[in-house]
Amino acid sequence: MPHPYIPNSAPEVRREMLDAIGVDSVEDLYRPIPSELRFKGRLPLEEGIPEEGRLRRHVEGILRRNTPTTDVLSFLGAGCYQHEVPAVCDEINRRGEFVTSYAGDVYGDHGRLQALWEFQDVFAELIEMDVVTTPNYDWSTAAAMCLRSSVMLTGRRRVLVPAALLLDRRLVFQDYLAHDVQVDEIPFDEATGLIDLAALRGAIGDDVAAVYVEYPNALGVIEHQAGEIVEIAHEHGAMAVVGADPSGLGVLASPGSLGADFAVGDLQPLGMHMSYGGGLSGYIGCRNDAEVIESLPVFIFAKTDTLEPGQHGFGYLNFDRTHYVKRGEGSQNGGTTTALWAITAAAYLGLHGPEGMRELGEGLLQRTRYAADRIGALPGVTAPRFSGASLKEFVVTYDAHDVASVDAALRERGIFGGKDLSVDFPSLGRSSLWAVTEVHTKDDIDRLVATLGEVLA
Amino acid sequence: MSPQFQQARWSEPLLSELGTPGERGYVPTAPEAEIAAHAPDPLTAIPPAFRRSAPPRLPQVAQPQLLRHFYRLSQETLGNDVAVDFGLGTCTMKYSPKVNEHLVRMPEVQDLHPAQHEDTVQGILEVLWRLEQMLCAISGLDRFTLQPPSGSAAVYTNASIVRAYHASRGEGEQRDEIISSVFSHPCDQSGPWSAGFQVVELYPGPNGYPELDALKAALSNRTAGIVITNPEDTGIYNPHIAEFTRLVHEAGGLCVYDQANANGILGIARAREAGFDLCHFNMHKTFSSPHNGMGPAMGASGVKEELARFLPAPVVERRGDRFELDWNRPDSIGKIRSFVGNAQIAVRSYAWILALGPDGIREVAETAVLNANYLATRLREVPGMSQPYPTSNTPIEQFRWSLEALREETGVGSADISRNLADYGFQPVFGSHHPFIVPEPLTPEASESFSKEDIDRWADAMIDIAKRAQADADDVLEGPYRNACRRIDAAALDDPERWVPTSRVERAKGAVKGD
Repeated sequence: MPHPYIPNSAPEVRREMLDAIGVDSVEDLYRPIPSELRFKGRLPLEEGIPEEGRLRRHVEGILRRNTPTTDVLSFLGAGCYQHEVPAVCDEINRRGEFVTSYAGDVYGDHGRLQALWEFQDVFAELIEMDVVTTPNYDWSTAAAMCLRSSVMLTGRRRVLVPAALLLDRRLVFQDYLAHDVQVDEIPFDEATGLIDLAALRGAIGDDVAAVYVEYPNALGVIEHQAGEIVEIAHEHGAMAVVGADPSGLGVLASPGSLGADFAVGDLQPLGMHMSYGGGLSGYIGCRNDAEVIESLPVFIFAKTDTLEPGQHGFGYLNFDRTHYVKRGEGSQNGGTTTALWAITAAAYLGLHGPEGMRELGEGLLQRTRYAADRIGALPGVTAPRFSGASLKEFVVTYDAHDVASVDAALRERGIFGGKDLSVDFPSLGRSSLWAVTEVHTKDDIDRLVATLGEVLA
Repeated sequence: MSPQFQQARWSEPLLSELGTPGERGYVPTAPEAEIAAHAPDPLTAIPPAFRRSAPPRLPQVAQPQLLRHFYRLSQETLGNDVAVDFGLGTCTMKYSPKVNEHLVRMPEVQDLHPAQHEDTVQGILEVLWRLEQMLCAISGLDRFTLQPPSGSAAVYTNASIVRAYHASRGEGEQRDEIISSVFSHPCDQSGPWSAGFQVVELYPGPNGYPELDALKAALSNRTAGIVITNPEDTGIYNPHIAEFTRLVHEAGGLCVYDQANANGILGIARAREAGFDLCHFNMHKTFSSPHNGMGPAMGASGVKEELARFLPAPVVERRGDRFELDWNRPDSIGKIRSFVGNAQIAVRSYAWILALGPDGIREVAETAVLNANYLATRLREVPGMSQPYPTSNTPIEQFRWSLEALREETGVGSADISRNLADYGFQPVFGSHHPFIVPEPLTPEASESFSKEDIDRWADAMIDIAKRAQADADDVLEGPYRNACRRIDAAALDDPERWVPTSRVERAKGAVKGD
């Protein structure tokens, strides 16, 4: 039976093609592969399911064992967030023309290139940096790439990063940097959750390639000393890599305004479903400096003219800097990253505009304040644990209850509690990181507080 | 045949030019009055210097105009759904089944948080586990990680594992060289470089693949391993590959197989039989997940059992009927990206392999090789086309041929021909990765998704463009004409004084000019 995904199954068509090639069978075409390297037999896979209905029932049957956040009340964040996804974003990023495109480039994919350039263009206004690249895989890999670039640009082999770092980020840095770069963590202040500036001043020296700082940090705290930290880095000839959650940038100072050399963060809050982490996309911004751009392998698109007066064309900015050309001689890895999410984020920012981004940011600050204060009013709970201001996350610490037991009890009541920090930050004791966004209503937060109160009682 | 196609040409304004101040396209849900009253001026918590001083210069446009803009841009994009895309050799453009797009948009996939308790994500963990089993069967290797978010990230992952392996044996300092070939993918060099290795590149011998003697000369006690593509970028299969892996092993190195070009050999030849210790597959190429316009994507890295302890954390383990994430991996290289990777892509690839089964998978490979060779046969009719390594004349998957003779005759080269394909409704054809060892290169790849008719129409277009070049070179040099944009001023892309990555840069340049 011909498979619906494969044309050219009809024997007469195959015969015609084989005759044209001048061979008897497809087997003849595999002559270059020595027989001892040939796999003998049939692959040990389950039998195929060519019927779409049966396939669908089977896969859906497996997936229905998941409980999506939309069926419960979830307060998980820690690098991936349940935000509103405008319907228009979903419509644009399901267009088959975009979804199934790849490298039709200047003349085949004019529209895709314009959309990606537009992402760079509008996102640059949000972060106030002159150059924005096609995003990397996620925030962690974007930060790691810029730290590596700093090492390449300065020739120094030490970087300073906050100790208030997500475990994922720490492990990405471990793999990507630590084999030949010393990664030193700067402690946070126990009361505020902010970077200990005295410790930073003590640690920095002329051997430091870059200082990394982010807001909010892994404790949910807005690192409002970021501008000072950038200055300290620059005083020592180090570069400043500044991470920022874009959902706060309608109200918070932008990385560009703080003097960042590189800006990084995740686009996921801007119109991407979480998809078990598959919605992440790590933006990168930098100065319009040819040497800095040269150190980054990710694509950048540039606007140019065409033979037709007044028409825009778009193409790869300095393609020769990418790993496709430099290969093993001094280029980080580039290639396929997360272009579809860049197009989506451009649409999201276009939809929201300056006013929508301000309202989003203010609303996050307000809900977080409300939720943290309400939870903090429960007996046996400290929330927010740190006095530094929160954008959309805050740490909750229980006096007596362990986080896993509380989470289990909440789960039974249809609530996913905050992320358990006992592995990431054992020094914080019975703590968890809670995220509140514009998807949460007052009723949601009140229900959480009531339920948590019952569980802790 | 003259071009009949006409792509949409909307001449869309830029996103930043849409709308009118005061318009908007979305209203995020406002907090309720009680919440607002609790924190009436939320910015008081933020030091004044850390508040945004001026609103971002974002578009102010209503929803209908914004949606229309992006739909029009999509119409100016030749995705594989609307165009025959086998111009992109080495990218394995194939049909991405629509049912899989529906599956990944189920709330049970798209609305999962990656830190949910395992009890609530048994379904997605099962898919990840099952896909891993399938890839083990297809490669003959023992364990896979689905965390790398692209093919080049998977090569990098494997290079990191090679580094960790030698470090675990006390040879990390000494074994600092990776051998690759110049017709392997560029990431087979940049990946190891990013992981801290020096890279030694082998050049092809007379048959298009590296000679054994070249490999022997490159091997030493500094050799950490080899990272190689086979069939190489040229579609030529190196028949001595088992000898290569044997020699590298003898020298104390590991063998890494870049299987981005696996489509023609699924079920035909595996990494294990060729002696490889690690390999990777591109889920967005061979395994049908769409390319998403350059990601998100997935590169699955596979290893033999003895290297499994180095895989990035976490891995999915099955314990009875339950699936768990194992984070307890003291020898792991760390993480390649956050969480488990692009899980939605695993769903698509799992469903694709399951739809085909063992016989269908083999039919994929056989049809891809049939299509490649039929396309090659048809392209012999293109004036000025030649085959650079004639002794290795059976392409597996894509193939790299040359239009040098046409260039010499007419002044029209492969890049010009490629560009003009847009007038016929086809994506431009990929030339070559650097360096351009084959002059005036073209590298098409006709995967199993394309019919004989698709191939004939594409070949006819190529023949037509080459004949037009012979008749009137300027006509082709100035093309294309019928797509969304005319030939661009490419010099402005490479000149730091002229390039325009954003309006901010354009404004700065304008300000300088105005001075």
